[in-house]
Amino acid sequence: MPLVAAPLVVLLRSGRAGWLIAAGVSVASLAGALALAARVRAEGVLSYALGSWQPPYGIEYRIDAVNAFVLVLVGLVAAVVVPFGRPAVAAEVAAERRYLFYAMLCLALAGLNGIAITGDAFNLFVFLEISSLSSYVLIALGRDRRALVASFQYLIMGTIGATFIVIGVGLLYLQTGTLNMADIAARLEAPGAARATLAALAFLTVGICLKLALFPLHMWLPNAYTYAPSVVTAFLAATATKVSVYVLLRFWFTIFGANLVFERLPMPDIFLALSVLAMFVASGIAVYQRNLKRMLAYSSVGQIGYMTLGISLDNVPGLTGSVVHLFNHGVTKGAMFLFAGAIAMAAGTVDLDRLGGLAKRMPLTCAGLVIGGFSLIGVPATAGFVTKWYLVLAGLEKGSLLLAALPAASSLVAIAYVWRFVEAAYMREAHPDLAGVKEGFAAPLVGGWILIAICLYVGIDSTWTVEAARRAAAQLLFGAPQ
Amino acid sequence: MSAGVAAALVLPAAGAGAILALGRWPNAREAATLATAGGLFAVVASLLPAVLAGARPELVVLEMLPGIPLAFRVEPLGMLFALVASGLWIVNSIYSIGYMRANGEAHQTRFYCFFALSLAATMGIAFAANLATLFLFYELLTLATYPLVTHHGTPEARAGGRVYLWILLGTSIMLLLLAVAVTWFQAGTLEFRAGGILGGRVGSAATGGLLALYVFGIGKAALMPVHRWLPAAMVAPTPVSALLHAVAVVKAGVFTVVKVIVYVFGVEATAGLRSVDWLPTVAGFTIVAASVVALAADNLKRRLAYSTVSQLAYVVLAASLLAPVSLVGAALHIAAHAVGKITLFFAAGAIYTAAHKTLVSELDGIGRRMPWTMAAFAVGALSMIGLPPTAGFVSKWFILSGAAATQHWVAVTVIAASTLLNAGYFLPVVYRAFFRAPPGGEHAHGEAPLPMVAALAITAALTVALFFHADVPLALARQLVAPH
Repeated sequence: MPLVAAPLVVLLRSGRAGWLIAAGVSVASLAGALALAARVRAEGVLSYALGSWQPPYGIEYRIDAVNAFVLVLVGLVAAVVVPFGRPAVAAEVAAERRYLFYAMLCLALAGLNGIAITGDAFNLFVFLEISSLSSYVLIALGRDRRALVASFQYLIMGTIGATFIVIGVGLLYLQTGTLNMADIAARLEAPGAARATLAALAFLTVGICLKLALFPLHMWLPNAYTYAPSVVTAFLAATATKVSVYVLLRFWFTIFGANLVFERLPMPDIFLALSVLAMFVASGIAVYQRNLKRMLAYSSVGQIGYMTLGISLDNVPGLTGSVVHLFNHGVTKGAMFLFAGAIAMAAGTVDLDRLGGLAKRMPLTCAGLVIGGFSLIGVPATAGFVTKWYLVLAGLEKGSLLLAALPAASSLVAIAYVWRFVEAAYMREAHPDLAGVKEGFAAPLVGGWILIAICLYVGIDSTWTVEAARRAAAQLLFGAPQ
Repeated sequence: MSAGVAAALVLPAAGAGAILALGRWPNAREAATLATAGGLFAVVASLLPAVLAGARPELVVLEMLPGIPLAFRVEPLGMLFALVASGLWIVNSIYSIGYMRANGEAHQTRFYCFFALSLAATMGIAFAANLATLFLFYELLTLATYPLVTHHGTPEARAGGRVYLWILLGTSIMLLLLAVAVTWFQAGTLEFRAGGILGGRVGSAATGGLLALYVFGIGKAALMPVHRWLPAAMVAPTPVSALLHAVAVVKAGVFTVVKVIVYVFGVEATAGLRSVDWLPTVAGFTIVAASVVALAADNLKRRLAYSTVSQLAYVVLAASLLAPVSLVGAALHIAAHAVGKITLFFAAGAIYTAAHKTLVSELDGIGRRMPWTMAAFAVGALSMIGLPPTAGFVSKWFILSGAAATQHWVAVTVIAASTLLNAGYFLPVVYRAFFRAPPGGEHAHGEAPLPMVAALAITAALTVALFFHADVPLALARQLVAPH
C-alpha cells in the first residue's frame, strides 16, 4: 500500500494531500502489522505466495514471530512520526518539494515493511534498495546544505553495503539455485560449509553491518542523522537500523544457522568485541558532542552495540534483549529526535552551549528528552531497563560476571551524555538568544510524548514486548516459538 | 488493607501534583504539603495495628518482567521505616515552611513538589515486596532528590549534584543491579521471604562476593568508600539535608542492607560463613574513620554528615553480626538515629537562618541567644553519643548486647571507641554554645522563626520520648527476628 501511495503523492503534487496520504498509509500499516502479529501468535508462521506462484519458485511473503515484531515497530513509529511531524516538515522542507518528501517517506516505509515481510533473499535486497534510495533523498531534503554531503556519504557507504549484500545473495543463489530463504537454508544444510557459503556469509555480514551501523562501520550515521530533517531522523533512527538488525538476525539464524555462525567461526568473539567498542567508544564520543542531534546519533551507534551484543551472546536472554531493544530503542530514540526537532524549530539551534536554561522555555519538550535519556541510561521503569536486565542475565548465563557487568558499565557513559543536556537545559543560566522562544509546534510534542508514554509503559509492564521478543528469540534459535 | 498500601504510595505522588497546581498561591501550596504529609502518616499508621497483629498487607500491581511482579508487602521493618519517614515529614514540612520563607529561597514549588515525590519513592522502598520493586524505587529516589540537592543551581550545587548522582547511580547500576541479577539467576525469585531465598544455592565464597556487591551497591547506606555523596549532598537547603540525608535516603540505604541480609541471604543460612566475616570490619572501620573526619570538620553540616556516615555504619555493623538481638538494635537504630539527627540538622538550619553561621568555630555563646535551638541540639548530641535519656541509648544497648553475645570483641571495641569520638565532636559544640562568651560586635539576633523552633522542639521531644516509650519500634523490631 505505501508503494502504491508514493506515485499517487507525486501525481497530486500537493504537500497537504501528501501528508494526508502518508499519514493514512502509516496508520494503516500499523493496523496491518498488529493484525498480522495477532494472527502469527494464533496460527504460527504465515505464508503468502505473491501472484500465486508457489514458493520456492515465486516470491514468498513469510511472517513469523520475528518479523511480526519488527513490522509492529515500523508501523508504530511511522504512525506516530508521520501524522505528528507535519509542522516540522513544513518548517524544514521547502514547500515545492514537500510532495516529494511525502512520496519518499511512503517509499521508505514500503521498503522497510517489505524487508521485514519478505521470505525471498533477492526480494529483500530490492526492498532494501527501495528504502535506502528513498532515505538518501529524504536526508538530502534537509535545509542545511551539509545535508547534501551527509546524504552523499550515506549513499556511498550504503551502496557499498548493498553491493556486498547482492554479492552475498548471488553466491547463495549460485550454490543452491534458489532465492527463497527457507529453501536456501534447507539446501545449505546438506553439503556443510563450503567455501562459497563462507564467502556469502562474509559479504552479507559486512554489507548488513554497514547498513545497521555497527561500530566501526557507522561513519555515515552521525552526519546523516544530524543534518536530515528531524522527521526523517526520527523515522529512520527508530526504524532503518532496526530493520537492518532484523536482516542480520534472519540471515544468521534462519539461513546460515547458529551452528555455522557461532560454533565454527569466530563470529561471536568479533561481534562481542565490536559491540563492546560501540557501547563504550561511540557512547564516549557522544559525551563530547556539542550538537544535541549528533550526540543522539552517536548514542544510537552505542545502543546498536547493545543489540549486537545480545546477538553475539547467542542465548535466549541475549536474543530476547536484542529483539526487545529494537523496539525499546526505536520508541525512545524516535521520541528524542522528535523533541530535538522541536527544539531546532523553536530555538533555531541544537547546540548544547546555546540551550542554557531551555527547560524554562520548553518544559514539556525538555522533560520528554530527559525521560528518553533515562531510558537510554536504563533507569528502571523505562524501556531501556528491560533491555539491560536481559543483557545482564545473558552475560550471567554465559557464566561471566564481566560480560554481565559490561552493559551496566556502558550505562554510566550514557549518564554522562544525558546529563550534559540536563545541566545545560536545567541548570545553566538562560542563554540570551532563547529570550523569545516558546513551546510551540504542538504536534511533534504530542507525537514525542506518545512514544515516551509507550516507552514508560513497556518499562513498567514489559510482559507484552518481552513475551513477543522471547518468542522471536526462540523462533530464531530453535525454529519455533516456545 | 491493600487499599492502605496503595494510598501510601499514591498519596504523596498526588500531593506532588497538587503542589504543582497550587504553585501560584504559596499558602495553599504549603497547606497541600502539610495535608499530604498528615494524610500519609495517618494512612501509614492505620496499617500499624494489623502489622503488629501479624498481618502482612499485600498489593500486587502488575507483572514488570515475566515472573517479576511490581508488588508490595508491609513487613515489620518496612512498617517502622515508613512510620519514621512519614511522621518526620510532617515536622519537616513545618520546618521547611519557616526555613524556605525566612531565607527567601527561589523555586519553592519545585522544591515541595520533588520533596513529595521523594517521599512517594521512600514509601515504595519501605513496602517493596521484592528486590526489583525495591530497585525501581531506589533509583527513583535518587532521581527525585537530585533536583533538591542542586536546588540553588550554583556551580557548587552542580558539582555536589554530580558527585551525588554519579556515586548513587553508579554503584546501583554497576553493583546492585548485578547483585539483583545474580540473585534472580541463582534463586529464580526476587521475593523477600523470611529465612532468605539464597539458602544453599550459592557457595560460601560466592555468598561473600554477592554480599559485597549488595552492600557497596547500596550506595545510599554510605559505607566507606562509597560515602562521598553524602557530604556532597550538603549543598542542598537544610530541610533536604534534615529529612532526606538524615532520614529518608540514608535510611533507605541501611534499610535495604538489613532487608537483604534478613530476607535474601537469611540470617541463619549466613551466620557462621567465614566469607562474610569482612563486613563487620568494614562497617567498624567506617564508624571510626568517619568519626575522625567529623572531629576535624569545622563546617557544622559537614560534621553532621560524617556523623551520619558513622551512625549508618552502626546499622550495617549490627545487621552484619547476624545475631537476633543485634538485628533488633539495627532496626531500632534506624528510628533512633532518625529523630536525633533530624534535630541536629534542624538546629544547624536554624542557626544559619537566624545568625547566618555555618562553622562550629563561630558558635561561641550562641546558646544564650538561641536557647531552645541549642538545648534541642544538646538532646540530639546525647542521642548520637548514646547516653540516656535519649533514643540513641536504647538502640546502642541492643547493638552492644549483640556484639557481646556473639563475642565479637572488635565490634565492642569499635562501639566503645566511637562513643568517645562522638562525645569528642559533639560536646565541644554544646560547650561553646553555652559556656563561652559570645564575641563582641555581633548583630543582635534571637531564635529562628517560630515554625522552625517548634519543629526542632518536637523532634527533640521525640528523641527523649523514644527512650521512655520504645514499645512500638521494639515490637516491630522483635517481629523482624522472630516473624512467626
